[in-house]
Amino acid sequence: MREYTRFLFRCARLSFHGDWKYYLWMMALTVIALIGLNAYAKQFVQGLSTTGMTDQVSWGLYIANFTFLVGVAAAAAMMVIPVYIYRNKDLYNLVIYGELLAVVAILMCLMFIMVDMGRPDRGLHLLQRFNFPISILTWDVIALNGYLLLNLHICGYLIYCAYQRRQPTKKFYIPFVFIAIVWAISIHTVTAFLYSGLGGRPFWNSAVIAPRFIASAFAAGPAIIILTLQVIRKATGYPVSDKAIQTLRSIVTVALSINMFLLGSEVFTEFYTDSAHGVSAQYLFFGLHGHNALVPWIWSAIALNTLALVILFSPWRNRLGLLNMACVAMIVGIWIEKGMGLIVPAFIPSPLGEIVEYTPTTNEVLVCLGILAFGMLLYTIFVRITVPVLYGELTIDTVYHTDPELRAQRRSGTPSGDQQ
Amino acid sequence: MQLPQMNDNNASGGCGCSGSDSGHGGCASRPGMTRRSFLRTSAGATGGIAALAASLSPLREMGGEGFSMQEFLQKHYKEMSESDMDTALTRISDQVEKRYEVRPDIRDIKPMDGVEFVYALNLSRCIGCRKCVHACVAENNLSREPEMQYIRVLEMPRGTMDIEQGDHHYDRPTVPDEDHFYMPIQCHQCANPPCVKVCPVEATWAEEDGIVVVDYDWCIGCRYCEAACPYWARRFNFSTPKIPKADLNPNMSYLSNRPRPKGVMEKCHFCLHRTREGRMPACLEVCPTGSRKFGNVLDPNSEVREVLRTKRVFVLKEDVGTLPRFFYYFDERDPLQSVTVEGGAS
Repeated sequence: MREYTRFLFRCARLSFHGDWKYYLWMMALTVIALIGLNAYAKQFVQGLSTTGMTDQVSWGLYIANFTFLVGVAAAAAMMVIPVYIYRNKDLYNLVIYGELLAVVAILMCLMFIMVDMGRPDRGLHLLQRFNFPISILTWDVIALNGYLLLNLHICGYLIYCAYQRRQPTKKFYIPFVFIAIVWAISIHTVTAFLYSGLGGRPFWNSAVIAPRFIASAFAAGPAIIILTLQVIRKATGYPVSDKAIQTLRSIVTVALSINMFLLGSEVFTEFYTDSAHGVSAQYLFFGLHGHNALVPWIWSAIALNTLALVILFSPWRNRLGLLNMACVAMIVGIWIEKGMGLIVPAFIPSPLGEIVEYTPTTNEVLVCLGILAFGMLLYTIFVRITVPVLYGELTIDTVYHTDPELRAQRRSGTPSGDQQ
Repeated sequence: MQLPQMNDNNASGGCGCSGSDSGHGGCASRPGMTRRSFLRTSAGATGGIAALAASLSPLREMGGEGFSMQEFLQKHYKEMSESDMDTALTRISDQVEKRYEVRPDIRDIKPMDGVEFVYALNLSRCIGCRKCVHACVAENNLSREPEMQYIRVLEMPRGTMDIEQGDHHYDRPTVPDEDHFYMPIQCHQCANPPCVKVCPVEATWAEEDGIVVVDYDWCIGCRYCEAACPYWARRFNFSTPKIPKADLNPNMSYLSNRPRPKGVMEKCHFCLHRTREGRMPACLEVCPTGSRKFGNVLDPNSEVREVLRTKRVFVLKEDVGTLPRFFYYFDERDPLQSVTVEGGAS
């Protein structure tokens, strides 16, 4: 136990150490996170009237980001499955970065829920009267927190073992890895059921929502991982093979294709039947009675996703630059699709047919940016700690060298990484 | 065991805000903490704390509303003993008195035995004057700023029952308009309420007499119920409700019209502080046309029972399976003569 405290202490110290680029990056993130905290403090005092939400559109940017990030968290499974089920060698040393991303994404999800709550001070009421299993929201509480614990355990255990220079004991983490795979699917399914279970919202009340969530998550999530791994490779010199990135690329290609197919199925059903069921879709894609705030959003999402798909199927898809472009396009595209394209339109028109449009306020946007910055800050710290630990530079019986040349001498060549 | 030693010979320059930036002791490092690194660390820590404090500064404006430990520890409505409830009512009275300078008469009024309330609204008679809307606001201490209303009246064109065709914001010097009919919509007090189903903390439930209520001191403000309601009957307090002192209705009950805090849901409760004592809801009392009928459906002699038995009654959005306790009807029947159908009416 004392040993573990010391490990945490050393990790904390290490996270304050780096070159000027690292400081600049961390400073920028800290500043944005604090601006977000400031915006949230204002919201906490004045109430959610500081947001663009109304009784008509009662969920907005916060829940949109929450939904998107649940997908990012679930996407860690897309690295775990190849490694632990198909024994993929290229992703072997990288899977931990996917799991760490899941941890951070879930933490951000929980923060987005916190800021969306009218009475965060009453959060403990969940422990006292938990409407389980009737309310799907209680399922989501279990799913998200369970997934957080699973991934914290897996990452924490593996990193601490590497720190202690011992082989991880399989029975202490392999079962959890497999539970986490199923759990990853469940977090996004349950989140989709939050919406699709509402009979009063025809736009959400569709069986395709859950599969579409999963498909889009397995596209956007690994796309983020592709970009992140390249940043890690560049910033820390950690070996990330191009083959690993190409494996993720093929996962993304399949997932994005399925997502586009499901979107097409949905669009067909909504529009061909001409039923009142499709009013929200009408509003989203073409506008309704002169109200068309979401039209540019959804069409840019479709354009970006199509662009990504074209690149992914083109003969030049192996080029990293183009692949990165496709990743950025699809991350933005899917973010819009889930936020402005899925959460907001379900509220427009209202159940009584009133059209009230939604525009997020600056304060609301700042809170979102603050949470995202804080998430990136945490992820950077996690990576900052993980890389030297896996390299054997920061272990129980060694001191960490501040001089990169001394460190380079000690690098054994390959990081010890994840053990199968 | 030897703790790693600090040094300050790392490459980074002077970074103020990130707290300590000393690395772990290397082979060539000087032992112990130098004065420079100590100063830098403390400057960083101070800067960090100052930045954090500055970003939290809006919290200073919390002021007035105050935080009540008693409210924080208060139990769920259904778990409160009589003395718990007394304590809560005293606390609420004190808070109301402090804010509105009126000592309210606030009670916890329970449902009556053998009563299930239903509402029936005559669409043939309603003229769309919105008197019900404003009577409700006054009776139930609804926020005037921002303005909140439980009842929404739709002006419907002839030839449709599709509420999406309704006009929410009609503004005429006189009503009714001959080419329209009027449809007031408020909470339908469903027998299968989706809002109750989705609430993660059971802050909203259907009472024995069918009224769906909210414990304003238990609601966490997630607004899932607002998303679930097919009748747009629930409202959220996006900021602290404001009511002019003179307009406060001091006749209150715990589950109905007491002033609500910021950040919680509220909704129509069939004026339970009136109706559970044998009076009619405010919206009914004010209606100049007698379009509104309210009563105990379990009482075979009640007016609502008569309406359900004899009128052409329907409910809104029957297809969503919510089983509303709010019925609409048309009462005119063309002077049809009775016609004998050959071979019976089947």
